[in-house]
Amino acid sequence: MNILKRPKQIWLLPAFLFSHVASADWFALNLRKGVTEISREVYDLHMLIFYICCAIGVVVFGAMILSMVIHRKSLGVKAASFHESTKLEIAWTVIPIVILLGMAVPATSTLREMYEPGEPELDVEVRGYQWKWQYTYLNEDPSKEIQFMSALLTPQDEIQNRAGKGEYYLLDVDNPLVVPINKRIRFLITSNDVIHSFWVPDFAVKKDAIPGFVHESWAVIEKPGIYRGQCAELCGKDHGFMPVVVHAMEQEDFDAWVITKQEEAAKVFEIVGKSWSMDELLEKGEEVYARNCAACHQVNGQGIPPAFPSLVGLGIPVGPIEAHIDILLYGRAGTAMQAFGQQLNAAEIASVVTYTRNAWGNNMKDSVQPKDINTMMASQ
Amino acid sequence: MNAVIEEHDNHHGPDKGILRWVFTTNHKDIGTLYLWFSFLMFFIGGICALGIRAELFQPGLQIVQPELFNQLTTMHGLIMVFGAVMPAFVGLANWLVPMMIGAPDMALPRMNNYSFWILPFAFGMLLSTFLMEGGAPNYGWTFYAPLSTEYAPPSVTFFIFAVHLMGISSIMGSINVIVTILNMRAPGMTLMQMPLFVWTWLITAYLLIAVMPVLAGVVTMMLMDIHFGTAFFNAGGGGDPVLFQHVFWFFGHPEVYIMILPAFGVVSAIIPTFARKKLFGYDSMVYATASIAFLSFIVWAHHMFTVGIPLAGELYFMYATMVIAVPTGVKVFNWVATMWQGSMTFETPMLFAVAFVILFTIGGFSGLMLAIVPADFQYHDTYFVVAHFHYVLVPGSIFSIMAAVYYWLPKWTGNMYDETLGKTHFWLSFIGINVTFFPQHFIGLAGMPRRIPDYALQFADWNMVSSCGAFLFGFSQLLFLFIILKCIRGGERATERVWEGAKGLEWTIPSPAPYHTFSKPPTNMAEAHG
Amino acid sequence: MADMENDGLKTRGLGKLVGVVVGMFVFGFLLVPLYDIVCEVTGFNGKTSGAYQTSSQIDVDDSRFVTVQFLTNRNADMPWEFRPKVRSMKVKPGQINETEFFVRNKTGSTMVGKAIPSVTPFKAADYLHKTECFCFESQELRNGEELDMPLRFIVDRDIPSDVGRLTLSYTLYDITENTQVAFR
Repeated sequence: MNILKRPKQIWLLPAFLFSHVASADWFALNLRKGVTEISREVYDLHMLIFYICCAIGVVVFGAMILSMVIHRKSLGVKAASFHESTKLEIAWTVIPIVILLGMAVPATSTLREMYEPGEPELDVEVRGYQWKWQYTYLNEDPSKEIQFMSALLTPQDEIQNRAGKGEYYLLDVDNPLVVPINKRIRFLITSNDVIHSFWVPDFAVKKDAIPGFVHESWAVIEKPGIYRGQCAELCGKDHGFMPVVVHAMEQEDFDAWVITKQEEAAKVFEIVGKSWSMDELLEKGEEVYARNCAACHQVNGQGIPPAFPSLVGLGIPVGPIEAHIDILLYGRAGTAMQAFGQQLNAAEIASVVTYTRNAWGNNMKDSVQPKDINTMMASQ
Repeated sequence: MNAVIEEHDNHHGPDKGILRWVFTTNHKDIGTLYLWFSFLMFFIGGICALGIRAELFQPGLQIVQPELFNQLTTMHGLIMVFGAVMPAFVGLANWLVPMMIGAPDMALPRMNNYSFWILPFAFGMLLSTFLMEGGAPNYGWTFYAPLSTEYAPPSVTFFIFAVHLMGISSIMGSINVIVTILNMRAPGMTLMQMPLFVWTWLITAYLLIAVMPVLAGVVTMMLMDIHFGTAFFNAGGGGDPVLFQHVFWFFGHPEVYIMILPAFGVVSAIIPTFARKKLFGYDSMVYATASIAFLSFIVWAHHMFTVGIPLAGELYFMYATMVIAVPTGVKVFNWVATMWQGSMTFETPMLFAVAFVILFTIGGFSGLMLAIVPADFQYHDTYFVVAHFHYVLVPGSIFSIMAAVYYWLPKWTGNMYDETLGKTHFWLSFIGINVTFFPQHFIGLAGMPRRIPDYALQFADWNMVSSCGAFLFGFSQLLFLFIILKCIRGGERATERVWEGAKGLEWTIPSPAPYHTFSKPPTNMAEAHG
Repeated sequence: MADMENDGLKTRGLGKLVGVVVGMFVFGFLLVPLYDIVCEVTGFNGKTSGAYQTSSQIDVDDSRFVTVQFLTNRNADMPWEFRPKVRSMKVKPGQINETEFFVRNKTGSTMVGKAIPSVTPFKAADYLHKTECFCFESQELRNGEELDMPLRFIVDRDIPSDVGRLTLSYTLYDITENTQVAFR
């Protein structure tokens, strides 16, 4: 379109300025209705209060603007002298109270429903870590329990603008929380370190994850789909980079998923038991590093000293391998270095140790096997 | 402010040079110091804010990395709350309270000097943390444990000490305000004859001495947890991180009203002047202020609906919070009734005051929405909350401070400010503020959490708009600075009364206000309040 | 200054205000025990009370069952192994129940751990009474040492009828450092 020829279109200019944003969404203006009965009630409540506020606004601002238009000195208006009226004062105390009561009734009933205890059909423990989530599907038989970490999938390249941003930029994880629909799911929410907040807007579920304490919340999801939320409580550096992704599916699909997951868990035993070549370790290690370490120590290993030390040519990765494994398993108290012993399996630990000892010119040429990690953990 | 120095008619004038400001015990000098200090902090806090908005202009990390981003949000909040808004109101109180009640000075002039001079050290210490290893505080201005204790950068100790100093300064300032108002009113001035600004400040001062010590307590507990092995906020030692939030918000909620009650006072002075009509419902204004202050002590947990509170607790805090809408509504209705059938003109102070009433009310509406617990589960810690509290703090507190400066500047300097520039400043600020914060309602409802340096693509458009507004608002304040400097240096001479409809004892003394006023108490109490 | 003589009048009430300031500072600290009491009374934050004294006669409600679920977690860098012997128990209100938790120090050094209990839903917290619990004290384990820790509890007969299931969670903290401080 030629703007010069059609000057009337000049008002569109701002739109051109903004148009480079791929999935522009000027219409993301309101709460989502969501996919649970509760979330719809919350939406209705939100709209009700909003409309009431608008109505009050029209009356108050209307009176004010009318007054500003007609009661001007420049129109020759003389000021009236009234300055009190008990009747009016009573009226605008009582009327708001009545309106507030009208708001309180539906709010109370929705809140009561949210707190209604019920027999859960699936218990999921949600545990916040700096900066990822861990999901555990509780099971009477501990060996059948499914547990995994769920971390941001968006690559650093997209975040640092070295690559184009994908559709679910910052809202994509490696392992989403998978749940069946039409079942009452109970989330038992807690934290490993600082306070996080588990939030899925489509379920109207937001509950703080507090270290040392467990809180519960629940949802019955009505529609299959992928629902995305984010951590809602400031939890440190990567607070903005720990999304919550829930994949809701039909019961039979969920059952199939459970079986796959349990088989995978069994496979880990095999993987850990076998002998790994250096190349296999390096390849796996790079992947593990990107997902778990790069946020702090950076992709190039340079870190952000002093909080996140460089790994290149100095410190732990070029020191004794035992100390290197130890810090990965148990973390270092008082620093941001977490204990990854609970989060990663032996193969992942072994490969990432090997990778960091041999990447970016760290030419240690040594490696460690997953089974050695297991032996170390057992012997100590 | 040279104009003040040049004044005659005193038994002795101010000292010369820099030492005048260091040792001064004169309420007008100290008021001036507070106001300039607050203006400086407003710019520093503003630079932090523009850093934040610049990073949020587009998705992706461009300008600041997440660690610095968290430091900027934290320091922006701390500086604006404790460095800009609170000292500005203390400065206004210093200048105006003695003149409004017909007193020669504050009751405790020496302490007044101390309470100001603590502040530069407190904020010097706070700002120096930017240069420290590990960086400045990065745990949000609400500094929730354990992020601010076990997981904090080493600079947290300096932060704690700075908060202690600010607290001491505020407490000394408010004690001074209280004893001045209670003991030094001109003979014959009853409490119910005081201007509303004096009333709101009296109540604010009581709030301050009630809650600043609690803040001091909570940071002391943090200090002990960090350095002396106690476990107030650590579950492992028998403490509880949620306890931190309760104690913090026991301070924090009244703190919110500390930043808005004096604004009510300012607006209640300006609207009657430019409507040329007495303030409607003076008594109910006083009672409404007092009830808001009382209610502020019993609603703190509405900031923490999502931490997991039993049903009865959630319901109680929801109802109590909703009740605050009643006295606040009374105030708004009274202002509208004051304007009704007045004979209005719209000079800059009036423009800011009218904008205050409208935009503060919008902030009040979103506040009411936030009080509804089930809906709050969706709003909590999103940009909807950010929009809400910026609507009550920027076009609320900050606009009222600007209105006050324009309104009383002729009295302080003896010169009229440039009305055209003043109106330009108003419209730029008004547009800037709405373009910045109104879209934040949308991105909050659409699901963007607060305190994040980068966001998903569906939030991009409105964030860009918001950033544009922020830069417009930010740079407009340079015009404000220019207008003030220009007014100090000269301009049309101001009359004693300055504004046609102005009522109050401060308008019975010459402009600029002499260095010493009311050495002999005034007698005409009919002037006291409009 | 001429008005020096009425300084006393000017500063009337100063003492009281200073008193308020000091009082409020103390009140800030009083909020700590106050909070603990409120938590205990209301079950706020899922906190449970200390050791429960059983009356000699036990009065079991045979008409219903309550499921008690056990959850174990380790805070931050706590490297011990820690798990319940059973995941859940179906119990009758009023009955005394016993179970065990397994703990093992997998590290090479002696450490002290302490388990912090939390119950959800909150309204059930008041109805779970522990007559004996490892969470009442801390555990010191040498390297490689393991322990079965007992828990005896009663679910109160008065537990609201709509609570069919309650979750008792323990979070294990490493308090080695704090304990050493106390010893010094």
